[in-house]
Amino acid sequence: MKGRGPHSAAPPLPLFQSSEERWVFAVSASTTTSKSAGASAKAPRGGTRKNRRPGWWLPYALLAPAVVFELVIHVIPMVTGIWMSFLKLTKMFISNWGNAPFIGFKNYAVALDFNAAVGSGLLKSFLITCAFTILVVAISWGLGMAAAVALQRKFFGRGFFRTLFLVPYALPMYAGIIAWKFMLQKDNGALNHILYDNLGLPGDKPFWLIGDNAFAAVVIVAIWRLWPFAFLMLMAGLQSIPNDVYEASAVDGARPLRQWSAITLPMLRPVNMVLLLVMFLWTFNDFNTPFVLFGGSQPPAGDLISFHIYNASFLTWNFGSGAAMSVLLLLFLLVVSGIYLIIMNRRSHRA
Amino acid sequence: MRETNPAKVFRIVVVTFLTIFTVIPVYVMVISGLKPLKDVQGAFSWWPSTLTVQPYIDMWQTVPLASYFVNSAIVATVATVLSLIIAIFASYAISRYQFRGRSLFSTTVLSTQMLPGVLFLLPLFLIFVNINTNFGIQLVGTRTGLIITYLTFSLPFSIWMLAGYFDGIPRELDEAAKVDGCGPMRALLTVILPAARPGLVAVAIYSFMTSWGEVLFASVMTTDANRTLAVGLQLYSTQTNVYWNQIMAASVVVSIPIVIGFLLLQKNFVAGLTAGAVK
Repeated sequence: MKGRGPHSAAPPLPLFQSSEERWVFAVSASTTTSKSAGASAKAPRGGTRKNRRPGWWLPYALLAPAVVFELVIHVIPMVTGIWMSFLKLTKMFISNWGNAPFIGFKNYAVALDFNAAVGSGLLKSFLITCAFTILVVAISWGLGMAAAVALQRKFFGRGFFRTLFLVPYALPMYAGIIAWKFMLQKDNGALNHILYDNLGLPGDKPFWLIGDNAFAAVVIVAIWRLWPFAFLMLMAGLQSIPNDVYEASAVDGARPLRQWSAITLPMLRPVNMVLLLVMFLWTFNDFNTPFVLFGGSQPPAGDLISFHIYNASFLTWNFGSGAAMSVLLLLFLLVVSGIYLIIMNRRSHRA
Repeated sequence: MRETNPAKVFRIVVVTFLTIFTVIPVYVMVISGLKPLKDVQGAFSWWPSTLTVQPYIDMWQTVPLASYFVNSAIVATVATVLSLIIAIFASYAISRYQFRGRSLFSTTVLSTQMLPGVLFLLPLFLIFVNINTNFGIQLVGTRTGLIITYLTFSLPFSIWMLAGYFDGIPRELDEAAKVDGCGPMRALLTVILPAARPGLVAVAIYSFMTSWGEVLFASVMTTDANRTLAVGLQLYSTQTNVYWNQIMAASVVVSIPIVIGFLLLQKNFVAGLTAGAVK
């Protein structure tokens, strides 16, 4: 922790590892080795442990408000949540939960007993969430990449489309989802009107928010919300690729697809690494989309895990069991993120 | 360099598809807000039978939209201002000082944003309830509770983005100010903040959007006294009728300030994302 190692000049995984912890270096790392090196050049300023310079407390004082709020709102509740998961915290103990009896791993045993109702519900919700996350992240990334590449070169109206594509991201989350909720209504919704009245699909108009179609509905809405973020990040990343790289490869006769796989993709690697992880975590934890889309009714096909835990906790007021499910979710996300980071890190060392 | 034909076809296909995908929900929202009730209850039509602004008038009566609006505006504004001030101090420390625990702080703060909201929703709710029973400070059902919760939601990203911006401001500037006898706080106020104005704007917009759009905590922490738009907008459908035209009109009204603000300042936002690289 004192000073910075030489590795900080080219942070392999800025999010969790290097001393430049900010993603900004992930976004910019492709062209900013000089910048990062400049940043680490300021390292020797730190005082030694023995002789504290006057004013050594200043950075701590500056950080104190942020630390206090993060502690109160995030860290303490999280630790409390882990503690709660070992308590029999049902309706009777809510206002006086210091008296809730300690029951060890019983909440976990119930949540993981896949033969009983609670466990099998959680497992189903988990599997649905996995499928949901894979589809939403993959398609959103693909759309964001396609749009970023399509708008890379100047053409008439480029600025207009760039702005237009950011509208779903700029809309307040619930406003966009409510518009979709209206569109997905069976009889008066726009989607069925387009498919069956305008495009002339045969058959009856289906329900979208009830039954199996609920899965497709929540996937589409989540993609609509998420892809502009991928577009925004990839667009920012593309701006740091100098144009002459493309010119040079064009002179060598490289075709667009080859340019994309040989130049664009490798250059965007640092962005992609962080972008995919962030999108994965956001999507897996997505609560807003199912909550606003389905409201009180929970179609099993759209029962994403955050929504499931929320309902399990607040409908039955069994907070202990809800906390245990949340901790399991956290563990899963930590394991997946950890594996992802290790694999990515190893690969970038080999490269 | 000439554009090849396949590249042009690719661009046209992508832009056309994404434009349709993006625009349809927005169009449905805008046009449905201008329809009479019978239009939104029957089969969907692309154009109203009669164009009317009545939904924009009635929506204020069906639910107490104005009070939700006020709540959202106060909560989002105060949370944004506080979060901005706290983020400025923290980013200044990270950008300009070396100290023990620096990278621990950055890592912890950023990873808290990755936690599932439900994990700390329940304990936070219970902690708020217990603070009320033990100390008499009411946080559930008040704006204060929402404000302190929301300001922490935008803090990690704000600190990250601002620190990147501060890094881009040459250290010579504030060193020179210090040589002239400025203390560290005056250097921050008179040298760094003016130079970082685009970054500050971007961070403020981001914080405001975060608070304005938050649903999960609002659904638990609000009562009639402090209900925000995020929850209030869903109450149109609990009445005897589902007033889709009024819901859409209200959605347009709550979106306009945010969307315009964001789109006007999107360049700042992209610059904030690439802060380190550009300067």
